[in-house]
Amino acid sequence: MPLSQVWQDLDQLFVHAKQFLLGVLPEPWRPWASMVVTIGVIAAIAPAIMMYLTWIERKLIARMQNRFGPTRVGVYGLAQPLADGLKMLIKEDIVPRGADRLLHTVAPILAVVPAMLVFVITPFGRGMIGADLNVGLLYFFAISSIGSYAIFMGGWASRSKFSMLGAMRAVAQIISYEVPGVLSVVAVIMVTGTLSLTGIVDAQADQWFVFTPWGLVGCLMFFLSGVAEVNRTPFDMPEAESELVGGFHTEYSGMKFALWYMAEFLESFAICAFTVTLFLGGWHGPNIPFGIVAVLLGMIIATGSRLPWPVRVLGAAAMAGALVLWGRQPMPSWIWFFTKTYALIFVLVWFRGTFPRLRVDQLMGLAWKFFLPLALVNIVAAGLWVLIPNPILTWVLSTTILMASAWLLVLANKPAPLARRTYVLAD
Amino acid sequence: MEQAIESQLLEISLGPQHPSTHGVFRMNATLDGETIVKLKPVMGYLHRNHEQIGESISYIASFPFTDRLDYFSAMSNNLGLAIAIEQLGGIPVSERGEYVRVIMAELTRLVNHTAVTGFLINDMGAFGTPLLYAFREREKILDLFEAASGSRMMCNYVRPGGVREDVPAGWLAQAKQLVDGYPRFLDEFEMLLTDNEIIRQRTQGVGVLSKELAVNASVTGPMLRATGVNYDIRKVDGYSIYPRFAFKIPLGSAGDVYDRYYVRILEMRESVKILQQALKQIPDSGPAISPKGLAIGKAPRTFRPAKGDAYGRIEAPKGELGFYLVSDGSPQPYRYHVRAPSFVNLTVLEDMCLGQKVADTIIILGSVDIVLGEVDR
Repeated sequence: MPLSQVWQDLDQLFVHAKQFLLGVLPEPWRPWASMVVTIGVIAAIAPAIMMYLTWIERKLIARMQNRFGPTRVGVYGLAQPLADGLKMLIKEDIVPRGADRLLHTVAPILAVVPAMLVFVITPFGRGMIGADLNVGLLYFFAISSIGSYAIFMGGWASRSKFSMLGAMRAVAQIISYEVPGVLSVVAVIMVTGTLSLTGIVDAQADQWFVFTPWGLVGCLMFFLSGVAEVNRTPFDMPEAESELVGGFHTEYSGMKFALWYMAEFLESFAICAFTVTLFLGGWHGPNIPFGIVAVLLGMIIATGSRLPWPVRVLGAAAMAGALVLWGRQPMPSWIWFFTKTYALIFVLVWFRGTFPRLRVDQLMGLAWKFFLPLALVNIVAAGLWVLIPNPILTWVLSTTILMASAWLLVLANKPAPLARRTYVLAD
Repeated sequence: MEQAIESQLLEISLGPQHPSTHGVFRMNATLDGETIVKLKPVMGYLHRNHEQIGESISYIASFPFTDRLDYFSAMSNNLGLAIAIEQLGGIPVSERGEYVRVIMAELTRLVNHTAVTGFLINDMGAFGTPLLYAFREREKILDLFEAASGSRMMCNYVRPGGVREDVPAGWLAQAKQLVDGYPRFLDEFEMLLTDNEIIRQRTQGVGVLSKELAVNASVTGPMLRATGVNYDIRKVDGYSIYPRFAFKIPLGSAGDVYDRYYVRILEMRESVKILQQALKQIPDSGPAISPKGLAIGKAPRTFRPAKGDAYGRIEAPKGELGFYLVSDGSPQPYRYHVRAPSFVNLTVLEDMCLGQKVADTIIILGSVDIVLGEVDR
């Protein structure tokens, strides 16, 4: 691929750039170089995504709480994640007396590695996938469940009662939520007939799965089970700060602590990315010209009053350039993917800013008494969808089945004391 | 049925360094899995000799120390001690002083209930959002306290006979504006919390306190009223000028955490009514402290009440706050005792927590509404 063609197609910009790089090298080196480039990009992008997720979360939650969030380091606090990382690096690493030193060190690493491995099979855009495995979905579930070992290992090795309690909760919770999580995806596999993530995304070119009855239920269940699996509010039992101090990472400090957080944020990102991939159409999107986005972004950068003026001028100029170059092309697939993923991440942050935490038994009840039966019914609904050719009949049937079973489950599980109460106003 | 697996109980020390024990409070809990089978409160980490100090200094010198009892409601604490001293020394209170005191006490109730509700939801795991909403309103009231007394939390403002000095010009208008806007904040707060499914699941039926136990353990305040017992010292004693205002006492029925939360919300609405009436009725002029009152400039040690004792009590935001003073005719009290609502209400903690989960313990403790400065004194 000659250099002059690399920048012509915005959608394939990164794919072409990689091909150009590989083209420079001699033929026998190319497969190895391809791997190195992919691994390098993922290894560089994952921490960057994590760092800026912390910034996004802090900024968004601050806005929800009438605060400003980080503002001191860099413009809009943009350099705050770097400062935090530096602080974590130079902090003392404390291992409690009596702890298992080896496991204590291995555990956070074991948590981060699978979280990064998941990035390998994430389809970021058309053709932008590290390895298009034909068992991609299986790989995702296999890899992401390693995290529970790491959490239990960390909690056990810390030799602290709080850590131990947190770890026990974590294992119970993660294993429980894996069941409805996997079962909700079975519907997708049944309809698409493939485990390859590229295949699943391709199958959604005409209709995103979330716009079908079984897809909507599956999407909600997959996303919520995912939220529970990565221990985020309102399912953050294992690290329940107000109860268990820090849960399984109570006894961690310095970079090891940062690694735990990195694992958590990367897994949250992965859950959002996979919800997008499986149900929200992956990198597909309506056909909007890129020019509109370029103009909007340019205006935002140019009017950002707190940015230094060279940044504003350069940013606006770059956007103008992008407009000239790619203005009439459709919106690139990777922009769609990241937009949808970050929208889901906003939902996660929104949860965190609004909801209190469930209790352990309520959490388990939700998984086993509500999600699991509903996931099974959902499989039936998806089966009907595949079997019955008449679209109206399938819509009616599967919607009825799902709504009826959801209603029955709510009736069966509704705890007794949840009634409106009356309060006497005495003299 | 015989238990198949032998399991051990886990003893765990929640506190004194723990994010949710509201200070240096410690609970020695014994857990069976996640269920509490035994719980022993350990107090005394913040003991500061408050009562002994009170017996070695003049009556009026105790006021700054009372600020530090329940540091969320300094004004109420001042008022309690002032009422006890007034009983002991037979000191009348000026008309305007009475009104200013009631306004301050009710503002304190707003501050306390807002903050404690925020903390309670924080204990449930909400990442600070309700707490910060609550603190936004609390700050506005603290601004008023600062304008009147010079200090935001350690007010040291009420004196026997009235208040230390009159409120500054324009203060009452400011207060009126805040009070009139308060129901709007409460509506917003309730919209976020009251009907929240998770909050209702977490709080309803949790930490139930029976009427009998509450009365027998002399629990007071919102905790008692949440069980359905109609007992509010503002009505029972009718101290200060409370009989002049029309207000109701909200009562719960179940005595669980949700009732305690909601009774506090309703109490805030009633407080707003009292404040609106007080701000309307307050005389435009007049001394803030009666001529016999212990105003600034009077040598404190000239106040020597006759031999005898007095028990002054008020409905503090947390319950019955009482000051028991015994005078032997000298400038300092012979005996000085504080009946702290936080401490007494805490005695039923184990009864409420048994059989509940660890997570419930934290919110039950939060719903008791303790301040360690008052528990340990």
